Amino acid sequence: MAAKAKPKLALYWAASCGGCEISVLAIHEKILDVAEAFDIVLWPCVMDFKRQDVEAMADGEIDVCLFNGAIRTDENAEWAHLLRSKSKVMVAYGSCSSEGCIPGLANFNDSRQMMQYIYLDAPSVDNPDGVLPQMETQVPEGILTLPGFWNTVKTLDQVVPVDYYLPGCPPEAEWTLAAIDAILSGKLPPAGSTIGRASTVCDECPRVRGEKKISRFYRPYEIIPDPDICLLDQGLFCAGIATRAGCGALCPRVNRGCEGCYGPPEGVVDAGAKLISAIASVLDADTPEEIDAILDTLPDPAGYFYRFGLAHSLMHRVRLEKQNGDKVASPVGEIPRLDPSLKD
Amino acid sequence: MPSKYSEINPAWGDRDPVIVGFLCNWCSYRAADLAGISRFSYPTTLRDIRIMCTGRLDPTFVLKALREGADGVLVMGCHPGQCHYESGNYKAMRRMALLRRTLAQLGVDPERVQLGWASAAQGNIFRDTVIRMTDAIVRLGPLDWQANITDSIDDIASHFAHLEADEEVAYGR
Repeated sequence: MAAKAKPKLALYWAASCGGCEISVLAIHEKILDVAEAFDIVLWPCVMDFKRQDVEAMADGEIDVCLFNGAIRTDENAEWAHLLRSKSKVMVAYGSCSSEGCIPGLANFNDSRQMMQYIYLDAPSVDNPDGVLPQMETQVPEGILTLPGFWNTVKTLDQVVPVDYYLPGCPPEAEWTLAAIDAILSGKLPPAGSTIGRASTVCDECPRVRGEKKISRFYRPYEIIPDPDICLLDQGLFCAGIATRAGCGALCPRVNRGCEGCYGPPEGVVDAGAKLISAIASVLDADTPEEIDAILDTLPDPAGYFYRFGLAHSLMHRVRLEKQNGDKVASPVGEIPRLDPSLKD
Repeated sequence: MPSKYSEINPAWGDRDPVIVGFLCNWCSYRAADLAGISRFSYPTTLRDIRIMCTGRLDPTFVLKALREGADGVLVMGCHPGQCHYESGNYKAMRRMALLRRTLAQLGVDPERVQLGWASAAQGNIFRDTVIRMTDAIVRLGPLDWQANITDSIDDIASHFAHLEADEEVAYGR
């Protein structure tokens, strides 16, 4: 044990798949340097820690918290608040905590629809009594509780203030190392920065780009792409044009369009809007009919554009059905025209 | 005071529809000017913003307008073939088509986001477009995006009372 106390590091997971935990280990033997440099005070995936241990700490006692996973239950939010108050530096680690990522796709539904499908309607479900998870269950030994399940998945910065973002699903080891180096050397970028490159995936993609004119979109199974030409030029959807660089264009290098896991590049608020703008402008069509015919070959546009960023996008989620919602507005025929002379 | 539109659709209550209009400098904004000079009368629902070309319209602007409380967005430019910059309005036509499809998946009726054309000489077409769009929005009702995406605490059925306070700020970026 060194005479000087080591800085304290916490790693926590909320609504995530565990890939971020693995990506921390992708720094290989450097993990030993991390273990050498830091005192790891919380890492539920790897070691046994209890919430009381964290609650017993003083505020700001943890120097750095790498928080991965989106916020979708009361428990996730509880931990986010707890770790925020105990940590000097809060890092949204990975796409889930910074962008919402795949868990954020739940924002196309609400919690009731999800429970209905997951526990009742899914073809693989065998649940004849229709048992649904309850927040409280009475058992002989007492009451068992589960955390509340939110309608809406939120990103970490929508729940607590975040100091740095480390995007990616999962973040590449290079950037995990860059972040750790920055923390160890004290050369941290301004608060609120995203640790990564500012440009887009296209800058790292070796494919040859030509004049874009898309006359139809292909889904990956419909075409064997040329390995050297820009995928978008070939009609394959690729989000690389509006996605932050940093991954080395991993997916386009193996004939797979970028999915957008690194989130929007520097200065972009909503990557989906930029994708709409870029993809639509190169359609080879000049009439509404031609445009519709091409767009019919791109099913589920919102799913493509917001695969990783829905929870952090401007619209945030699909509209909840409320009393004034479009879905429950009065039938169109019953409302008189503003100007009786107007016809459809 | 109840909105006059609440007589048509009670959902409006005390407020009038708000439509954000993005009008191109060369044709539609001048059509709007002409509509004013011609003393045409049309609903006061449009908040027009001049842009140099509909090709400059970033879909981000439309999403932001809807998020910040607009009930609809009307984009107007030069007729196809008459763009001051040759192809800007064609780009807008393609973007709006894709944007409308995307928004439909998020629960925004495509009628709320419309594209129209009016030359500098067509103040009447500008007026008719605003009337037609207002008519569609009045019938659809308020969008109130923020309120319609915010979970009520009852929905969450939270164990933890202290989380309630965070609901308001949770959508801040």
